[in-house]
Amino acid sequence: MRSVGVSEKRREPEPRTGEPLLRVEGLTVHFPLGGAWGRRRRVVHAVDDVSFEIRRGETLGLVGESGSGKTTTGRAILRRVPITAGRIWFKGRDITGLRGEELRRLRRDMQLVFQDPYASLNPRMRILDIVAEPLLVHGLVRRTLDAEDRVVELLELVGLPADAVDRYPHAFSGGQRQRIGIARALALEPDLIVADEPVSALDVSIRAQVVNLMQDLQERLGLTYLFIAHDLSVVRHISHRIAVMYAGKLVELADRDEIYRDPRHPYTRALLSAVPIPDPRVQRAGGRTVLRGEIPNPVQPPTGCRFHTRCPIAVERCGAEEPPLEEKGPRHVAACWLT
Amino acid sequence: MSVARTDGRVPPGGRLLEVEDLHVKFFTRRGVAHAVRGVSFRIDAGETLGLVGESGSGKSVTALALMGLIRLPGRITAGDVRWKGRSLLGPGGERLLAGIRGREIAIVFQDPMTSLNPLFTVGFQIGEVLRHHLGIGRDQARRRAIELLEMVGIAFPEQRAQQYPHEFSGGMRQRMLIAMALACEPELLIADEPTTALDVTIQAQILELLAELQRRLGIAVLLISHDLGVVAQVCHRIAVMYAGHIVETGAAEEVFSRPGHPYTEGLLRSTPRLDRVESRLQGIDGSPPDLIHPPPGCPFHPRCRLADERCPAEMPPLEDHDGREVACWHAFGRRVGEEAGAGTSHG
Repeated sequence: MRSVGVSEKRREPEPRTGEPLLRVEGLTVHFPLGGAWGRRRRVVHAVDDVSFEIRRGETLGLVGESGSGKTTTGRAILRRVPITAGRIWFKGRDITGLRGEELRRLRRDMQLVFQDPYASLNPRMRILDIVAEPLLVHGLVRRTLDAEDRVVELLELVGLPADAVDRYPHAFSGGQRQRIGIARALALEPDLIVADEPVSALDVSIRAQVVNLMQDLQERLGLTYLFIAHDLSVVRHISHRIAVMYAGKLVELADRDEIYRDPRHPYTRALLSAVPIPDPRVQRAGGRTVLRGEIPNPVQPPTGCRFHTRCPIAVERCGAEEPPLEEKGPRHVAACWLT
Repeated sequence: MSVARTDGRVPPGGRLLEVEDLHVKFFTRRGVAHAVRGVSFRIDAGETLGLVGESGSGKSVTALALMGLIRLPGRITAGDVRWKGRSLLGPGGERLLAGIRGREIAIVFQDPMTSLNPLFTVGFQIGEVLRHHLGIGRDQARRRAIELLEMVGIAFPEQRAQQYPHEFSGGMRQRMLIAMALACEPELLIADEPTTALDVTIQAQILELLAELQRRLGIAVLLISHDLGVVAQVCHRIAVMYAGHIVETGAAEEVFSRPGHPYTEGLLRSTPRLDRVESRLQGIDGSPPDLIHPPPGCPFHPRCRLADERCPAEMPPLEDHDGREVACWHAFGRRVGEEAGAGTSHG
């Protein structure tokens, strides 16, 4: 069996109805906490009523701190965690309830790139086996050996030499390992790649290499990314649009330049101001907003706006009523009563 | 029995810590990793020095060496560390260090959970430090622990002192560790990546706390970080490390506005800036060197855009350029043979 070359990949022409590649509506994921008998069952509100869409060839940056629900959102889209409520459409098809063989088939079209390139590659497997594994699992090749040409092609695509196939992960640096992870994700020619903090574990000087590679691959292969990050610095360079999450809620979503130029949610503003700027003069001149307090407990999220407990401008209403996501500008929504 | 203790506090600006030609090697099965290769710097009383570098640069090993915490297979193979003029590595140094560690020099590590004992309350753990170093009673230690928690911005310190570390969030644990470190009013605080494990908004809180405590208590701080932004926020001077060498050191504002070493320049370009719009992220090609088989000459030459024949042949010394020290044959982008720039007035 021959594998399909990267460039030959047939992309089914999307019906030009403007249907996005991915549409998420009212996504809610609650994890039950094992409560003792007789006690009220408690749940972790990981993701609550999140909606957005991603168009083909686009990168959506999904930003939030720990406990914001960003990673769970990514996993829910890949159908790796049970969905409590809401719907997910992928290529125009409702995938919320897919099971068995259909779900397996779906997973060929969506791949995950992990955060930690040291933990996500099996140290006992050769690079050939690692990159060929998805092809084998999905029955595209019968033996690893048959996949060698394809693996070499993939490695070249991500900027690694062909002789890497016979080596083991320990022989590679963090940045190179992340390239291997990307090659593996590309093996099945997915439409969507969910990249969960793909450069957070890398050294600063190496991050740019991986981000730039992902941008180049997107251009060449028409890939679509959901790029998850914990701050607003790296996503700026790769995203077309940016979504900000806080304590399980989507609080702001806008085009990239718009969100940096005119952030409307106080949390987005605080996130922007929290990123340290490598210039002592700018640091001293600029007035920073340092948030008080901690990220709220997801078992008992605050009432009203979940950010009101830390918000510098909150008023009484914020603790009582939850603000809806409202249009604040062109293609710009935010959930805040005050801005 | 009393432990050795150095006499008196050093007035602001006086010499506190001097590190001279420090070498640390790790004797591993794969070979000898020369993690720190002749590092020299000093910290004056009340000053904040930022030690910046990526993984494998030797910044954390340097900090451990200062505290006498290098364990086998690692060993300090050469050099000296002097505290207020007295050698910590020479004869009697170990005893001297035992009296200084935790009392005059304190350290805060990156991961706040592994630095704490889960079985004891927060108040007890801070109090224990006080009882051990200052020999004060249980009640007095408890009261002082509560004061310290309050000082680092923990609300309801009395109730909090009775809780266990797992009841604290990451940011609060880091505050607690800072409180522990400050318990004996040290003259030097070593903070090794104190915010790396924290969320950005919590990082901003901890950095603000460090800067405020530094101003208020007048302590010297050695801040170790891979993040130039973090260092820019709190440090007076910075030293940039690469592959076990300090490659550049100088006043923070000058290094950031006009980097002299191509590595510093590359690192600055790699750090995404929110106050500027760039369409594409810039990085440094290649990977950091293997410390067991480092490249000859200047360890940065395989990744350097200015490198020529001299760079792989000879390691450039750390040379003074008008108050800034740079270890590069092409410091400030100059070619070999060109004279040092104008104004070497104060030599």
